[in-house]
Amino acid sequence: MVDDVIRVDGLGKVFEVPVRDPGLAAAAKSLVKRRRREVTAVGAVSFSIAAGEVVGFLGPNGAGKTTTLKMLSGLLHPSHGDCRVLGFQPWRRERDYLQRITLVMGNRNQLQWDLPALDSFQLTRAIYRLPERPFLAQRDELIELLDLGPLVDKPVRNLSLGERMKAEIANSLLHRPKVLFLDEPTLGLDVTMQRRIRSFLADYNQRHGASVMLTTHYMADVEALCERVIVIHHGAILFDGPLRDLAERFASHKTLVVTLDEPADLSAFGQVMEQTGARTTLRIERSRTAVVTAQLLSEHDVRDLTVEDPPIDDVIELAFASGAVEQ
Amino acid sequence: MSDLAVAGEVDRLGEREGRVRSMVRLYATLARVSMMEQFQYRAANYFYMVGMVIEPVIYLVVWSTIARQQGGSVDGYTAGTFAAYYIVWTLVRNMNIVFTPFGWEERIREGQLSAQLVRPIHPIHYDLGSFAGWKVVVILLWIPIAAVLTLVFEPELDPTVAQIATFAVAIWGAYLIRSLLLWMLGMITFWTTRVTAIFEVYFALELLLSGRLLPIGLMPGWVQDLANYLPFESTFGFPITSLVGPITNRELVEGLLRQAAWIAIGAIGVNLMWRRGVKAYTAVNG
Repeated sequence: MVDDVIRVDGLGKVFEVPVRDPGLAAAAKSLVKRRRREVTAVGAVSFSIAAGEVVGFLGPNGAGKTTTLKMLSGLLHPSHGDCRVLGFQPWRRERDYLQRITLVMGNRNQLQWDLPALDSFQLTRAIYRLPERPFLAQRDELIELLDLGPLVDKPVRNLSLGERMKAEIANSLLHRPKVLFLDEPTLGLDVTMQRRIRSFLADYNQRHGASVMLTTHYMADVEALCERVIVIHHGAILFDGPLRDLAERFASHKTLVVTLDEPADLSAFGQVMEQTGARTTLRIERSRTAVVTAQLLSEHDVRDLTVEDPPIDDVIELAFASGAVEQ
Repeated sequence: MSDLAVAGEVDRLGEREGRVRSMVRLYATLARVSMMEQFQYRAANYFYMVGMVIEPVIYLVVWSTIARQQGGSVDGYTAGTFAAYYIVWTLVRNMNIVFTPFGWEERIREGQLSAQLVRPIHPIHYDLGSFAGWKVVVILLWIPIAAVLTLVFEPELDPTVAQIATFAVAIWGAYLIRSLLLWMLGMITFWTTRVTAIFEVYFALELLLSGRLLPIGLMPGWVQDLANYLPFESTFGFPITSLVGPITNRELVEGLLRQAAWIAIGAIGVNLMWRRGVKAYTAVNG
């Protein structure tokens, strides 16, 4: 049996926000009587994550991703429910717990702005009380994996956004955490840098067996890193399972790309999305895939045929649009 | 703690060296990092310090003039002792600069506090260590400024060894007390952000009752009595008087003991407020 590193049970967060009607009279009234409204950021979510698992935590803005991540990393006290990460209740923020996790937020900065990253690494060493030899070994490994060699002796303020993010990630992994909470780590980075960070995270996960919970809006991150995804919307879990099953669940269509010997009208088989010469892209109902494929092969001279799920971005959009809540 | 949590973790220095040693290492690193940062801005730091000299020079000129007009002294303070008081003032004032309570709102709004909360040390250590490093730079930069002021204003300063030793401790005591007090003040931001008025009242009281505006010895008796029960003098007047005098050895010891008491009270206050404040923060902010 695989140990669960993260176990979440009915976890939820309800915020109380002040509300006020517009206008001077309402402003005066609010001086004596304040109205508040409860806003549920996260309903009651339950899931577990095993050691070494990389899970994509997906949802549109305001879905409750960051709130959940903050509860798991100890920054927010939940309104109800329970969770254990590495056996700890995160919001108690015990030293032993914080020593074993890391939270990387794409828009937050732990590095000293005016100094080379190497100096910040030394500070991190002191904060986490890391012995010199393991620290140096880990530091050098991270520098190598992230290709940081030429960057770590430059003041952080002189680095580009992507370079800074790489240094940030290295800094947050120096204490070799067992659990990584990554909140949009590739936010605002160019495609090359996104790819570099993705491959690093995959490599790091394989080398150290760390569990990773990743929120991102870039589906390429998800496809490259996560076998499993949890989709959250309006504070509730819509889907929790293998990435490949996501399309099965939410996409009612498949994409069929067929190349014939000669151009032909294939509109009788499905919705023609694109036609370039003898190459046609069809949108067909998932349940008719086998039948349509067999018909095409028997009625036409097919040179090439592929059946694909729709792009993951489209599937996620369909998932957000659906009202189905995982039971 | 689960077995999983224990398995395969990095062997931590703290377990071998003990908590005290690792804290010393942390403070030394924080101070070193801060010094490196401050040396990058040495010119800005110098202009800042030169600008700060204007305030005591105004006080000095005013009080020296009054002393001369009153036949050479005011309540025993001559132009020379005023000069000594306000030159030492410049150093003590710099030692008194700590993380401002006005910075707390930004610290919370910009997420800096959240970034600190996910690391395994109390955030006060960042401020204490970093500002302590800055103080070392400040002391180095202060020496030439003090030399120029000494040449211009000719202070009367003849401290004993006990006074010098007490001063060396008292300026750090003052730094600690003011850090703790302003942390407590800043932490009010956990509950409400409209705290500017409270801060202003605090700073006005401090200006009058600390010895910053004028030596406490020149204040009316009831003000001096009141100041005895408040922490402000321990952060300003006492460190200056410990070097400039007149002061007895017994008063030096009493002053240090009073500082120690305020440090203890400040530490307890910070601890209590921090626990409740973080609870409030993690309930709504994170």
